[in-house]
Amino acid sequence: MAVATSARPARTAPQAAFFYRPEVRQAIYQIVTVVALVVLFWILITNTAANLKRQNIASGFGFIDRTAGFDVSQHLIPFDASMTYGRAFLVGLLNTLLVAGLGIVLATMLGFVIGIARLSTNWLVARLATVYVEVIRNVPVLLQLFFWYFAVLKSLPVPRQSHVLPGGGFLNVRGLYLPAPVPEAGFEAVALTVLIGVVASIAVYFLARRRQMQTGQRLPVLWITLALVVLLPLGVFIVTGQPLSWDYPELKGFNFQGGMVMQPEFVALLLGLSIYTASFIAEIVRSGIQGVSKGQKEAALAIGLSKGQSLRLVVVPQAMRIIIPPLTSQFLNLTKNSSLGVAIAYPDLVSIWSGTVLNQTGQAVEVILITMGVYLTLSLITSGFMNWFNARMALVER
Amino acid sequence: MKRIAKLTTAAAVGLLGTTVVASAQTKTLDTVKQRGSLSCGVNVGLAGFSQPDDKGNWTGLDVDYCKAIAAAVLGDGTKVKYVPTTAKERFTALQSGEIDVLIRNTTWTTARDSSLGLIFAGVNYYDGQGFMVKASLGVKSAKELNGATVCVQTGTTTELNLADYFKANKMTYKPVVFEKLDETMQAYLAGRCDVYTTDQSGLYSNRVQQPKPEDHVVLPEVISKEPLGPSVRQGDDQWLTVVKWVHYALLNAEEAGITQANVGEMLNSTNPEIKRILGKDGELGKGLGLSNDFVVNVVKAVGNYGELFERNVGTGSRLKIARGLNNLWSKGGIQYAPPLR
Repeated sequence: MAVATSARPARTAPQAAFFYRPEVRQAIYQIVTVVALVVLFWILITNTAANLKRQNIASGFGFIDRTAGFDVSQHLIPFDASMTYGRAFLVGLLNTLLVAGLGIVLATMLGFVIGIARLSTNWLVARLATVYVEVIRNVPVLLQLFFWYFAVLKSLPVPRQSHVLPGGGFLNVRGLYLPAPVPEAGFEAVALTVLIGVVASIAVYFLARRRQMQTGQRLPVLWITLALVVLLPLGVFIVTGQPLSWDYPELKGFNFQGGMVMQPEFVALLLGLSIYTASFIAEIVRSGIQGVSKGQKEAALAIGLSKGQSLRLVVVPQAMRIIIPPLTSQFLNLTKNSSLGVAIAYPDLVSIWSGTVLNQTGQAVEVILITMGVYLTLSLITSGFMNWFNARMALVER
Repeated sequence: MKRIAKLTTAAAVGLLGTTVVASAQTKTLDTVKQRGSLSCGVNVGLAGFSQPDDKGNWTGLDVDYCKAIAAAVLGDGTKVKYVPTTAKERFTALQSGEIDVLIRNTTWTTARDSSLGLIFAGVNYYDGQGFMVKASLGVKSAKELNGATVCVQTGTTTELNLADYFKANKMTYKPVVFEKLDETMQAYLAGRCDVYTTDQSGLYSNRVQQPKPEDHVVLPEVISKEPLGPSVRQGDDQWLTVVKWVHYALLNAEEAGITQANVGEMLNSTNPEIKRILGKDGELGKGLGLSNDFVVNVVKAVGNYGELFERNVGTGSRLKIARGLNNLWSKGGIQYAPPLR
């Protein structure tokens, strides 16, 4: 008699008990770790607050609205002793951003030049670049700042014996004084024209590239840009009757009044940081260029590009993949090194906020936390932007 | 997986445990006695007040006060650990317990007495803020300084007083703010600024260290009150009383004519006041937690206030500052101490 074989019943893998399942275990460990971290931070914060209270040390962030009572030598926004600590914080932050931003631009430009110079076939140029990199890299940056500040200071004359510059400027130990442009009634038209010119030249750049891809013909983009951004506003400027007057610096008593001034602290910090960071960037650029396979350069030369063109159009774009991540680190280093400005009287964030305000209010914990938060934010923004840039530069491989 | 779980929970429990231990009200006097040395916060280097010499020995008015307190508490003025502090970190060092007492030419102000968790224990030097300019500028008074550039150190009362003075006198100025004294002086000497401002004692002390002191002029105006004194943490009344009475002991010793040289023979004096001060009569030190003859130890270690002053900032030093306000109340100054009884 044939036995009817029933179909095997569909069966899932044997289920272990609840706590032995891997996903459950993972979830539990993660939850325990998160809870432990949260508890740790809560304990740290409440313990600190309790200790501060017990010792009668003021705490809380109310001090930000108190009157500052001190002046600052360089402020990009109006500031005087009757404004609040919060405003002083903004002044310091803007000074830091100014020196960090300009420093990054200068350091990158100089670094690229030196890095490429090190690979030059001209023996002298290559050796000079090597000496530059080796010397500047190996001297501590604070000493370099002192050198630029005090060496430069000692060589400049006092205000009463300033060097006179053509055009109404003066150079002395208090700074570089230049005539300041004072825009008058019709200046908005010129400013608007400049803006339109910039936007138009960006559009021209993209259109010219598309045209080159499609038809192979190249437009002289550089000249067109110059015409749009410089000549056109200049024309508008003349047509509207030159609505610009100049405020000349004059020696009154101890110092020059009027005009614009670049203070020696700012110049020394900018120079010192740019030159120092440029030496590191030079090495990064050199390693990037040497990391591109030699065949690329030979092929570029073989199809008729000049040496400069092969560098610009073939080698460096490929080298950027290697250059950008360490370059990000150098930008962050420069931003954080700007805090050394306090040693040469540059009123950056650390000098004003973690220096003067901390000392006057005594609230070290809050002030240092805010400073750390600011530098962290700046660094995250910089590296976020550079990572986006890096992703754009990445070669899409098949 | 199991190990990670165990480690995580162990770490969490461990951290929980450590932070729950709340420190009770610290008795600094007991701590100092137990440790056997006094941890004293001083200036990194200000001639006349606290400065290390080329062998690393600290000298100065504030340093002598440290020695006096150590002599009173431990019987020996050499049992001091000097902790040099900048203007920025001095209060944090005291708040955190790194130092027992801060004797660092610090001005006594409301803000510092209240919201920093410290309390001042007297005034060991009455000072005021002044200005120093180069003699070549031909300036005779601070009221002629409109538009000048002023070098100043960061975070001190100096910055605030400077702003107030110029505003009150309707003058403008440009500040150049440094962190360290050396850089401030270098910038002033290089001509970066016209004026250097700090307490008068600091002006004299910096001026005398220049190769040609006559090239610099200290202007006559004193624009603020700067009572400099030692400070301790709040909440420790016993320690505050000890530091206060060491200062008063120095003044009382000068009033009674007890000097470092004659304290030995003064021990045999029959004068009841001197017997009381030197602990031969009565129980002077008991309530303070010190030995009854603590004044003897103090005067043996550093002398009386007058000797201390003259040795460090007066005629016996390079600064040559006159006693002025810092003289005893009976001699035209304002140093007045409650009686030791």
